[in-house]
Amino acid sequence: MSLVDLANPTRFLALAGRLIPWLAGLTLALFAIGLALVIRSPADYLQGETVRIMYIHVPAAWLSMLTYGIMAVSALGTLVWRHPLADVAARAAAPIGATFTALALVTGSLWGRPMWGTYWEWDARLTSVLVLFIMYLGLIALWRTIEDPTRGARAAAILILVGTVNLPIIKFSVDWWNTLHQPASVFRIDGPTIDTAMLLPLAVMAFAFTALLATLHLAAMRNEILRRRIRALGLTAAGAAR
Amino acid sequence: MIAALGPYAGFILLSYGAAAVAALGLTLWVVLDHRRLQNTLAALEARGLTRRSARSAARLAPETPQETPT
Repeated sequence: MSLVDLANPTRFLALAGRLIPWLAGLTLALFAIGLALVIRSPADYLQGETVRIMYIHVPAAWLSMLTYGIMAVSALGTLVWRHPLADVAARAAAPIGATFTALALVTGSLWGRPMWGTYWEWDARLTSVLVLFIMYLGLIALWRTIEDPTRGARAAAILILVGTVNLPIIKFSVDWWNTLHQPASVFRIDGPTIDTAMLLPLAVMAFAFTALLATLHLAAMRNEILRRRIRALGLTAAGAAR
Repeated sequence: MIAALGPYAGFILLSYGAAAVAALGLTLWVVLDHRRLQNTLAALEARGLTRRSARSAARLAPETPQETPT
């Protein structure tokens, strides 16, 4: 099945209906394995048991950016290819991305208090992630404000693409500026600096979160298609009543 | 068990609690929204409202053959 085939919402709904139960099962299995590995993972020699917050915080932070990346590709789909499901994908991803970003901010604060002595610092990494969260909220508000989905889709797509400038800022903020946040320790040119005993549970938890994102995104896209069908039927009914 | 998490157990448990609330909250939102939308769509279709594509598909579909008494 190609992207062109998936442009048909009915075909997409059928595919989503088949995939969602499998993805949900995969998510549960990955979380079960991941949490079992987290429980068995060693404490850090400096941070002690507090390092366990990493297995939640880091995947949430990665997914906050991955979700925005999905929205950016969808925005291109709306503006360049005019794919009928592109705006559906972007709109469905926004609340999920906002939640993952909020989770990254909350768990980061909860990790920061015992390790840095503060819940919050206006440094480059923390502030740029807060900006990402505000971008998500702004986009959700924009979609809700403009009633016509076509006009709303174009406006949101432009705003999403403008917001992508924040992604490299988030990623490289720890290298470009002095921040409390530690530099990258997994995605590095010279390889991860984390011990395998911690890297493995982190990787499994990251896959579990990614599977959760895929499941929720497909389900939210399915809902968005149904919402648009209901809107179209409502307009038909209103037109017939005149 | 909690004591084994050291002096910052509260921070660790709160983090995992927040993750559980986020994951379950999103799942609940998606499931309940789907149920509500399906009910609304079914109610509209019960009133005789159908999508243009569904109407044209019905027009193009071959008629169901009638059962013949044997």
